[in-house]
Amino acid sequence: MSSVRLLVGTRKGAFVITSDGARRDWAIDGPHFAGWEVYHLKGSPADADRIYASQTSSWSGQVVQRSDNGGTAWETVGNDFAYAGETGTHQWYDGTPHPWEFARVWHFEPSLDDPDTVYAGVEDAALFRSTDGGATWSEMPGLRTHSTGSSWQPGAGGMCLHSIVLDRSDPNRMFVAISAAGAFRSDDAGDTWKPVNRGLSSQFMPDPEAEVGHCVHHITQHPSRPDTLFMQKHWDVMRSDDAGDSWREVSGNLPSDFGFPIAVHAHEPETVYVVPIESDSVHCPPEGKLRVYRSRTGGDEWEPLTAGLPQADCYVNVLRDTMDVDQLDPCGIYFGTTGGQVYGSADGGDTWSAVASHLPAVLSVEAQLLP
Amino acid sequence: MTAVRVALPTHLRSLAGLQRSEVELTVDGPVTQRSIIDALEASYPALAGTVRDRATDRRRPFVRFFACRQDVSHEPPDALLPDPVATGDEPFVVLGAIAGG
Repeated sequence: MSSVRLLVGTRKGAFVITSDGARRDWAIDGPHFAGWEVYHLKGSPADADRIYASQTSSWSGQVVQRSDNGGTAWETVGNDFAYAGETGTHQWYDGTPHPWEFARVWHFEPSLDDPDTVYAGVEDAALFRSTDGGATWSEMPGLRTHSTGSSWQPGAGGMCLHSIVLDRSDPNRMFVAISAAGAFRSDDAGDTWKPVNRGLSSQFMPDPEAEVGHCVHHITQHPSRPDTLFMQKHWDVMRSDDAGDSWREVSGNLPSDFGFPIAVHAHEPETVYVVPIESDSVHCPPEGKLRVYRSRTGGDEWEPLTAGLPQADCYVNVLRDTMDVDQLDPCGIYFGTTGGQVYGSADGGDTWSAVASHLPAVLSVEAQLLP
Repeated sequence: MTAVRVALPTHLRSLAGLQRSEVELTVDGPVTQRSIIDALEASYPALAGTVRDRATDRRRPFVRFFACRQDVSHEPPDALLPDPVATGDEPFVVLGAIAGG
């Protein structure tokens, strides 16, 4: 019988949470790296037991951990993220030039077919790659040195590259998203990049429809529909059907179109999940009700999913990298909160239960299906 | 070659897999902040970049260095440390800034 493993990064360590395919009873192992922020963990699609973890701290900087046995044992690997060449400047919050400075890894995206190859999205925004299991890292400078780079600026969380999508249909095509610069696509395996933000509108910018400067919170793609992307922007839920060349808003009847994560059902490419948050200044569920919203029509029409979720006095946030799905049928879906809960649904979102209730604030959740 | 003692905060001891609060290091040449951190990172690669920034070699902002009950954080990295540190009678203390709430 298959089993599911959740890799959970929190403000105070990492947790590895497992269940059999029924997904009713969960065993929590951790904390690993207790006391450190773990921004993200992710397993290799080519070897589920190869996991990369971003361990970070304002005191002690970036540490990269690697496990070769599914998260039981870990070893530190390389943490030298040196930008290539002259770094130049980006915009600071007040619009003044600010030098590029490495702060932390926000997201690891292991290669689809090689466990030793992994991409790292970092703050200040740049893309790095390792081809030796994380021992050494090289920047892919075509992104940061894009002609618009000097006009990128940080969002409230820092100027982070937080989303990396590797296209299963075309090994040369990949997407990234940066707060607050926008979405970018490469058609040559990461050598060169183009902004793909047409159709986005952001009222905090002097030109709301500018080519870059948008605070994209997360992007995702269903493997069977490589040209279709879904985006949760600072405000607005967006959809593209031409690989990012153009976007249209699909927020529809959501109670708020502000939010952070967005996920697609494992087997239904038009079924999409978001967690509405009240506003950019109030990072809490509207009305104190924690609701996942599901669209079965690829957006525009949304239904609240509430069974098993707190529907009163709930004021947690749900961060951008904290929602994922498993590949079982019915599809499992999971998300974590800043209140330390991890919720799971084994029926595509119809009903929910707490996988974990009292963890530190959750920064990331990744689901792995194990044979 | 000089044997020096370095006291590390708990989270760095854990990262390096150390059971004790101090490590002994052998330093080549003058005993300075830089030569001690060089020796520390060489002996414990997991600590590379955790005390000083990888790109700039500067002490991390929330890290402090004490020697002989003095805060030497703002001394130049190549300044000689006090003799008791150089002789191993006193530890070179690496400390994280206090954070509470």
